[in-house]
Amino acid sequence: MTTRSIPASRRAPASLPPLDLAGFDRSLSRIVRVAESDAAEGSGSGSGSASNQYFDWHITDTGVRLTERGLTPVGTILCVHGNPTWSYLWRRLVAASLRAAGTGSAVWRVVAVDQLDMGFSERTGTQRPLARRVADLSDLTDALKLDGPVVTLGHDWGGVVSLGWAVDHPQSLVGVMLLNTAIHQPEENKIPAPLRLALRRSVLKAATVATPAFLETTLALAHPPLPQSIKEGYRAPYRGAQRRGGIGGFVADIPTDSVHESWPELERIAAAVRSLAVPTLMLWGPRDPIFSDRYLDDLSQRMPHADVHRFETAGHLVAEDVDYASALLDWLDERGLPNAPPDARDVDVASVDSSALAFQPLWHHLDEQRENDETALVEMAPPSGSAPLILSWRQLATRVRQLAAGLNQIGVCAGDRVSLLVPPGADLTAVLYACLRIGAIVVVADAGLGVRGLTRAVRGARPDHVIGATKGLLAARVLGWPGHKISVESLTAPVRVALQVEYVLAEVEALGRDELLPPQPQRHDTAAVLFTSGSTGPAKGVVYTHDQLAAVTAALAAQYTIGIGTGLVAGFAPFALLAPALGARSVTPAMDVTSPKTLTAQAVAAAVAAVDATVVFLSPAALTNVVATAETLTPTDHRALAGVKTFLSAGAPVSEPLLAAASRLMPAASAHTPYGMTEGLLMTDISLAGIREASGALEVELELEVKLELEVEVTADAGAAGGVCVGRPNATTRVLVSALDSAGAASGQPLNQAGVTGEIVVSAPHLKSHYDRLWITNRASRVNTPQNERWHRTGDVGHLDTAGRLWIEGRLPHVVVTAFGVVTPVGVEQRVETDATIARSALVGVGPRGTQQLVLIVETVPNARRAALASPEMAAAARVLARVPIAAVLVVPHLPTDIRHNSKIDRTRLSIWAARILAGGRMAQP
Amino acid sequence: MRVLVTGASGMIGRAVATELVSRGLTVRSFQRRPSGVAGVEDALGSVSVAGDVNEAVRGMDAVVHLAAKVSLAGDPADFARVNIGGTRSLLAAASDHGINRFVQISSPSVAHSGVSIVGEGPGPASAATARGEYARTKAAAEQLALAADRPGLRVIAVRPHLVWGPGDTQLVQRVVDRARAKRLPLIGHGAVLVDSTYVDNAASAIAAALERCEDAHGRAFVVSNGEPRPIAELIASMCLAAGVTPPAWRVPARAARVAGSVVELLWRARLDGDEPPMTRFLAEQLSTAHWFDQRETREQLQWTPQITLAEGFRRLTAFYR
Repeated sequence: MTTRSIPASRRAPASLPPLDLAGFDRSLSRIVRVAESDAAEGSGSGSGSASNQYFDWHITDTGVRLTERGLTPVGTILCVHGNPTWSYLWRRLVAASLRAAGTGSAVWRVVAVDQLDMGFSERTGTQRPLARRVADLSDLTDALKLDGPVVTLGHDWGGVVSLGWAVDHPQSLVGVMLLNTAIHQPEENKIPAPLRLALRRSVLKAATVATPAFLETTLALAHPPLPQSIKEGYRAPYRGAQRRGGIGGFVADIPTDSVHESWPELERIAAAVRSLAVPTLMLWGPRDPIFSDRYLDDLSQRMPHADVHRFETAGHLVAEDVDYASALLDWLDERGLPNAPPDARDVDVASVDSSALAFQPLWHHLDEQRENDETALVEMAPPSGSAPLILSWRQLATRVRQLAAGLNQIGVCAGDRVSLLVPPGADLTAVLYACLRIGAIVVVADAGLGVRGLTRAVRGARPDHVIGATKGLLAARVLGWPGHKISVESLTAPVRVALQVEYVLAEVEALGRDELLPPQPQRHDTAAVLFTSGSTGPAKGVVYTHDQLAAVTAALAAQYTIGIGTGLVAGFAPFALLAPALGARSVTPAMDVTSPKTLTAQAVAAAVAAVDATVVFLSPAALTNVVATAETLTPTDHRALAGVKTFLSAGAPVSEPLLAAASRLMPAASAHTPYGMTEGLLMTDISLAGIREASGALEVELELEVKLELEVEVTADAGAAGGVCVGRPNATTRVLVSALDSAGAASGQPLNQAGVTGEIVVSAPHLKSHYDRLWITNRASRVNTPQNERWHRTGDVGHLDTAGRLWIEGRLPHVVVTAFGVVTPVGVEQRVETDATIARSALVGVGPRGTQQLVLIVETVPNARRAALASPEMAAAARVLARVPIAAVLVVPHLPTDIRHNSKIDRTRLSIWAARILAGGRMAQP
Repeated sequence: MRVLVTGASGMIGRAVATELVSRGLTVRSFQRRPSGVAGVEDALGSVSVAGDVNEAVRGMDAVVHLAAKVSLAGDPADFARVNIGGTRSLLAAASDHGINRFVQISSPSVAHSGVSIVGEGPGPASAATARGEYARTKAAAEQLALAADRPGLRVIAVRPHLVWGPGDTQLVQRVVDRARAKRLPLIGHGAVLVDSTYVDNAASAIAAALERCEDAHGRAFVVSNGEPRPIAELIASMCLAAGVTPPAWRVPARAARVAGSVVELLWRARLDGDEPPMTRFLAEQLSTAHWFDQRETREQLQWTPQITLAEGFRRLTAFYR
């Protein structure tokens, strides 16, 4: 099946599209007559066409319109559609570029072509293999005299053709943009199933030409589905089998093996793109049955400098699924095209703010203590047995060294991504440090994401290897996660085969026993991809370099005085893993690590006793249960806990009563809770005493105001906004606030100014590097922050007070914009919750932004049995406490919260729910 | 400025006349009974009688037209005669007598088609989609009035939403009477957000519209307190102010609408002047949200309500005591 030739359709002239296609500006359409050049170099075209042939192209070209408006473009975006679409695909870019052209940003001309035999271009009556199509495009740009700066843009097989043009025109090329495409078809890899079907001879012609099946299937790939009017637009040039010859020709031209006619040309382009150094952007919809993530991986590997954004919810027709046009224009602007230097990339600002710090790799204590027989790590309830597992520094260092060398032996290389599906404990610690040591990038996602979230995270992070416990490997097998599989546990042969496990950890360790270690990674190399909790949208991969992880360690050490010999109870996994990097002696208490709320007070006491711990790290959920099980503690347990000097609850805010109760169990300890996020793990800190001091200050402030006001007046003043005090920035962190404008957008220049409510913006050496393959998200997280410094917009809203403390007032999307000003939720909720009958509350807005009404939704003591309007008495009481005008008060049995911490209230969902009910919808549960 | 206020014997009309007098304007009122407002010259007559209208308008500079047939049921011809015919006569007289400002008092119901209104601005008046005879005829009247806007005769329309206050016979007294007779159910869950207007705020907004007529002419403005509340809470507050137990029994919204239609038909067949206990229009009003974006109104009229909802209910309580 070398060439599946399809009888070429008869010749038919080019034409202009109809006038009434949805969203399509026909006035930009024109027909261009193009002389066909001799067959392209690089491979025989096989078309045998004579060089005096002329063909007519239909193109959309904004050039004339720009000239009419007196605008001179800085360059041209050359857009090439795939199969079976046409230049209609680019209509939104055409429109967006013309809109942007009037606003002072760089003016780009857009030329979107209909490839020959496709769209409204001429039906040539000949076969046009890849080399011919690449030459065709070149012929067209010659005819258009397009020699200025050009950025190519391609989708689907149009991506290949556009890349062919790109590698053949280095003198004009200034940038490359791609949407779901593929450049390489490794012989050993199977062609995607849908295409294999389409390529079967019997199916090919029926599916592509004789019937519109291929076209219709493609149009059905949109998420969400395309409106009929848009589908009609795509169908317009392909009515009747005679018009669809090009669709079949294109499919037949997919090189499935090395003897295919177009194989050499594809290989030529695939090899040549490796030398493209111009700025490159890839926008990808992973929900694509054809161009799946592995093609993105292949392209990223060929063009490692490319900026990538994966739109988690988009698919093959990414140009229909998301606002790709703004993303492209923003990118051109951000990259400074067309004048960017050829190797323009993100400025590595990591070096700017951390170079002052001495870099110590995370494993340096392991190296230094490798002769030390003192305890490094204790696991109170290891999965393998009932007795606690104790590892000395010597044992841990040896294990890490052997694993590192062994992993290297089995082909885990620097820069490879390794997904760790191992529960916290000695195995995870050893594997983690082994991977870091050889420069492999660890990918860590929390089981709390759920199967769907975890699958998206693991797939999106494209691991080369998966190291897992049986449970994780089973999920990996069932859900088809990529990567070579390594099991931490020994498995029976059939299970091993079933799970496609290539190595067991013990084997890897043995392989590394006598091997040398590869060189260490550099400080700016990527060390880890950590996934966010997903409580604020799809989980995002957050990239850390070795330098930045070392900085996290340094921040932790400085904030809580942890160092060599400190005994540490590791009840909060992210920080626990850093214990060997701190030189600390750590202990994992007996608990079901996937369910922190199973941790008992006794287990904590036993863990403290095991290593003479002076520092205890817990998650809020674990803390709740520890306090709840306090009465089981023996006098011995109490004595052990009395030795704790520092105690930390990290992961989500905790209430003062809970922290106080825990503090009573550890009377000598100062209780702390930090503020941070996956993107910046330790931004500020507050102690129990600090919380009390802050709430005292708040009460005085409130009392003063109440005295001054006879009537309850509207206060849009941030100083009185209240919120949760999270303390002061730690030593190496800077916190600024980007003020909210009257529309509730954080448009203000980030400033250090007390009393101004806005988005919290942070910077620290231990802040993330960037988001993984989320170029747009990454840009948004840094927009309008100081140049050449690494800052992060947190999405949290709050203010600084005159004492330099940070107060959290809610999430940016939860800000309510009323006719009298912007209102943040947390302060109001806290005031309302001082009513003894109200357990928790959520403040949301209903109605159009700008004139929203405030609605309070409360969870009562005892819980209500069903959702209802609050009693007039409760509504009146809540209104007085709220001190902002509340339109309605609703009571619900339970407020919806995130699964992981049961503390982040889903206000977005509640506002949709409340809006429906207050407009007359049925009173259902939120 | 000399101002003719029509319909000054009603609650809003009296409040408007009082407000205008307090602002130092010369006020003549025009209705069938004396207005009883101190400092106002009464011209008695009917807006349906062209001669009466002409006499009333003579010598004035401005007209504030409130007189209307306000009812939930009744002969459609009566509504048309008073609400449309009356407005047409006044506009004609205004034109003849060189009146330069004309404030047409309208109603948000002229743009309400029975679905919830959530924070919207004033929609265009539509006699075709408005619900009930009152709203239909008021829609036609507002269209007539705004169409008459021209240099020399500036027309502005004000749509106060759900006006209430002490001495209110239209809304508060009906609610209170029915609740006392246990004839007032809550429609649906009672949580739909409904805005309302305390009478003094309606009056000050109308006075503001008269002042701003030259700049904000040719448009309609919805006026309200800008403090929407769940309908059950509004009704309960009115009942409590009057010392009556608020309604506790509920009727599903859909059932109420159907029942309202049936009752309306039966009542019409009886042909007496009484009002039906429930109409489809009322059921819709009580089971759909209607609150408005007040930003444009406040900016254009340079007006803000002075009496909060809470203060309004305090005054209502004092009135019933």
